[in-house]
Amino acid sequence: MFSMPKKDAITFALFAIVVLSMPIWLSPFGASYPGLLQKFAIYALLAVGYNILFGLTGYLSFGHAAFLGVGSYAAVWSFKLLSMNPILAIAFAMVFSGIFALAIGYVSLRRSGIYFSILTLAFAQMSYKLAYSVLSPITHGENGLQLTLQDPRVIDLMFMERGVSLPTSSLFGIPMNGYEGFYFCAVILLIGFFIAQKITSSPFGMMLKGIKSNEDRMNYTGFNTKPYMLTAFVISGIYAGIAGGLLSVTDPLAGAERMQWTASGELVLMTILGGVGTLIGPVIGAWIIKYFENIFSAWNESILHNVFAFLPDNVEGIVVLISSKFVGEGWHLTLGLMFVLVVVFLPGGIMEGVRRIASWFSRRKDPTKDQEVTDPENMPKPSSKKGE
Amino acid sequence: MVETSHNTVLHVADVHKTFGGLHALADVDLAFEEGTTHAIIGPNGAGKSTLLNVIVGKLAPSRGTVVLDGEVLTGKAPHEINQMGVARVFQTPEIFPELSIFDNVMAPAFAKRDGAFKMNMFMSMENEKDIAREAEEIIVDFGLDAMIHTHAGALSRGHKRRLELAMCLIQKPRILLLDEPTAGMSRHDTNTTIELLKKIKSTGMTKVIIEHDMHVVFSLADKVSVLAQGRIISEGAPDEVRADPKVQVAYLGEAEE
Ligand SMILES: Nc1ncnc2c1ncn2[C@@H]1O[C@H](COP(=O)(O)OP(=O)(O)OP(=O)(O)O)[C@@H](O)[C@H]1O
Ligand SMILES: [Mg+2]
Repeated sequence: MFSMPKKDAITFALFAIVVLSMPIWLSPFGASYPGLLQKFAIYALLAVGYNILFGLTGYLSFGHAAFLGVGSYAAVWSFKLLSMNPILAIAFAMVFSGIFALAIGYVSLRRSGIYFSILTLAFAQMSYKLAYSVLSPITHGENGLQLTLQDPRVIDLMFMERGVSLPTSSLFGIPMNGYEGFYFCAVILLIGFFIAQKITSSPFGMMLKGIKSNEDRMNYTGFNTKPYMLTAFVISGIYAGIAGGLLSVTDPLAGAERMQWTASGELVLMTILGGVGTLIGPVIGAWIIKYFENIFSAWNESILHNVFAFLPDNVEGIVVLISSKFVGEGWHLTLGLMFVLVVVFLPGGIMEGVRRIASWFSRRKDPTKDQEVTDPENMPKPSSKKGE
Repeated sequence: MVETSHNTVLHVADVHKTFGGLHALADVDLAFEEGTTHAIIGPNGAGKSTLLNVIVGKLAPSRGTVVLDGEVLTGKAPHEINQMGVARVFQTPEIFPELSIFDNVMAPAFAKRDGAFKMNMFMSMENEKDIAREAEEIIVDFGLDAMIHTHAGALSRGHKRRLELAMCLIQKPRILLLDEPTAGMSRHDTNTTIELLKKIKSTGMTKVIIEHDMHVVFSLADKVSVLAQGRIISEGAPDEVRADPKVQVAYLGEAEE
């Protein structure tokens, strides 16, 4: 169960190094503070899980933020009722998001294509609205679900006295709000990435790719595609639930805005920006969006004035006026433009860009590979066992 | 030579299929016998593909039933019908264009071995040596080995057909339905396909073949049924059917011009 092909093992090792050394290599970019690092790990996990559904099966869910929200609430409730232990909170988040995904998936998967997307969107928006109204005893509506001094916390209080201030989540004494919190999220991201690798290279993963490629053919070949789809849907829902749980672990406060459709949309953007169907692509997409969101949304006119101070005064005024529309509140404009550029010029996302550059380099080194072999009749006989 | 086992495997019993006012199939009653190759011919729009669609569960008949070995297929889902031993080659190749030829052939082998659904998400493909070997063998048999890791969408139309046939045969179905398996192929490819089909004839598989090419029909079929405007107008050994004046009017005249 823990064995994997060599190529996957190398990918995993490199990925682990990149993730675990983030506090070091991100510091020149001004992104090496715990709050943002935690987000990098959490949203990467979310994107990896989403890719199991969207990337492998091609079913575009527009409602995954609902599972993120359910996971957040479940984790905070676990803090309130039982213990500040993050592992318990994650287990809670997994169970509830899994049940939720099973129910929503069961209904939504009765349709495919755009109807499936709309059903998932409808369910997510419904959850979002309900969190503000009918369900506010559970979600505490607009105030958000928070810890209080009166929380029962049954398990914790068996072992210790109630403190005078609000507790923070901690793993056997290690607090979860600083770099330790980032490493906790990072380890879970690595586990999630490993499992996603296993799924992708398993027969099950091949069936999911078959569904994406030609679902009718799958049926006439003897596969019942419904349970395959539902399993993929629930797995990716649980990933989102864990991500939501981690958001609460690092900051024990859950609000309904996490379930809004814009959050689901952002997840779709991350995946497409990075490269649908690749393992690494969605992670890169998540990092880029979270990074720029933090940088650009924090900029304002005075920072822009500093940046463009080298320009002549009147030019600077115009440049700042224009660029100020793209930062701060207007950062979504930048995101939108970025997305349009990628979809138009690099439909396979950033990963396609990387592949193009790599093949351009290898072609320059090896002039015999100059023309792409398009005619399968003339394909050289492959020597490797399986060249996927 | 006509094989005379007279053991009906598949029975299409009084099937009707209407599309609005159009009778695509009317009173169609066909018995397919064990181990035989049964050709169905007929002019364009006669209802041949519709007949196969009814058999594999893609379309529900307006009336009538399809029975396989005494079990009613009508009303079952396509995957259940396949699991009972019915495989089909479509008129326009239905393959997995984004997957490699190797994966295209392995997927049906998994369906045959593991059934309609299996939670095998932590199994490694590397451990599926048996299925991989089986797939490699059939790919070599079909002369597709030079492109085993090419994605199937890049194949020529003739190769796609051959791949689809390999995907069906790896399942060793009881009934193989072939919807114009040589359409759009060169004479040379057609002849290789005929040879392939002759080879599998010896395995005792029951085959239903829809074909426009009379050369193919007369080299393979034990029995021929002629469909015109949704009705069976003639049935019998190839030579009898060829001699039937009704058939010549409806079909052969125009096909052999
Ligand atoms: N799903 C459908 N809806 C409506 N009409 C259909 C449908 N499928 C087939 N038909 C009609 O039924 C008739 C029979 O079609 P079918 O495809 O079975 O013919 P065929 O004998 O396979 O012809 P060809 O040799 O051209 O493949 C045609 O008139 C066709 O237009
Ligand atoms: Mg047809």
